[in-house]
Amino acid sequence: MSTPEHGLASKHTTGQVAAAWLRASAGPWLICEHCDTVHRGRALARGEEMCCVRCGALLQRYHALDAGGMLALVLTALLVFLIANVWPVVTLGLGTQQSSATLWGMILRMWSQGSEVIAVVAAATLFFFPLNKMLMLGWVLLFARDGRRAPGFVAIMRTLYHLQPWTMTEVFVLGALVSIVKARAYFDVQADPGIWAYGVLTFLITIFSGIDLRRLWDTTERRA
Amino acid sequence: MSGAPRAHELGIIGCHVCGLVCREPSVDDAACPRCGAALHRRKRDSIRRTWALLIAAFILYVPANVLPIMRTVSLGDIDDNTIISGVVELWVKGSPSLAVIVFTASIVVPMTKFLVLGTLLVTTQRGSNWALRQRARLYRAVEFIGYWSMLDVFVVALLTALVRFGFFSQVEPLTGVVFFGLTVILTMFASMSFDPRLMWDGPDHD
Repeated sequence: MSTPEHGLASKHTTGQVAAAWLRASAGPWLICEHCDTVHRGRALARGEEMCCVRCGALLQRYHALDAGGMLALVLTALLVFLIANVWPVVTLGLGTQQSSATLWGMILRMWSQGSEVIAVVAAATLFFFPLNKMLMLGWVLLFARDGRRAPGFVAIMRTLYHLQPWTMTEVFVLGALVSIVKARAYFDVQADPGIWAYGVLTFLITIFSGIDLRRLWDTTERRA
Repeated sequence: MSGAPRAHELGIIGCHVCGLVCREPSVDDAACPRCGAALHRRKRDSIRRTWALLIAAFILYVPANVLPIMRTVSLGDIDDNTIISGVVELWVKGSPSLAVIVFTASIVVPMTKFLVLGTLLVTTQRGSNWALRQRARLYRAVEFIGYWSMLDVFVVALLTALVRFGFFSQVEPLTGVVFFGLTVILTMFASMSFDPRLMWDGPDHD
């Protein structure tokens, strides 16, 4: 049977191709998010990735971490996040005067200086969204370790999906570096524990961004 | 082109939130049986929404560049900086490499987003088969780099919080930074509302 060009095929021929294709392949179905092409997933070897045959988008990747490992990562991130928020990020010195800033100091200052919109955006993308993400993920993983679904699993997983693009901690870290360089021309600049904690946090976030949380739907059991 | 079928040819649909694959529902407002998210074959009104958000973002991008984003007051001297003048100052007084990073995040990335999303919209509306794989890759790149444009906003915010030496030196945020922040958010919404699957649907679909 020939494979017709997609989009040009009549309903009949596509149906036949599809039926033949379905008989020939096994494994869970994966639909490419970017072009709607249907694939069959398979167990991947270490470091292996599976990409869409049509558009090249990533479909599946090997996961070295199980739920317990991810939970450890989330708890570490929470601790580092706490340090990053309590300690100041940078201190400036001018003569005998000193001035330092924490994340919340920055948010409140933007609010009082008339840039309320920026204050709200910063509070959401740098504090509330990342914090909620970590807490919700931690809660879900706590139960997922023994294959269970946490109370509120469905609502939490949906929220996590929607929050996903709206955390900007990495951007803030780069912004802090730029600020330090800009300020260095006029002031004595001293990096505080906050900036190191943010650096570690960025590293942890990079690991996280490679994790596909969707598999939690498959690895946890719904309780009737 | 490969022979792998597309979901609608098999009469199935994938949930965009949890990834569950189910039979294509006959009703319009069906929900995913596993996670309860609304199921639809394509994002709703994707092309129109993306155009609207992109144009709105572009309109806001004008004041974001023209208006100053930050004011430095030191010993009575007032110095207002726009995005571009901030980059130039960083180049001259600080470090050229960081100036390049800020220039990329604040100017190159937003402009690229406007151009790329605009191109994707026009070619998709025409049902063009031109460079499909490359266009798909462009879309993924735009989605990935989008939020890095917030860089300058956070720089202004942090400097405002840090430089508080009263008469000696003081930094204040100006309106340009608000416009810029809104531009970034709108372009993020624009790239999210674009449905790349439409590119592969050919000329017959909206």
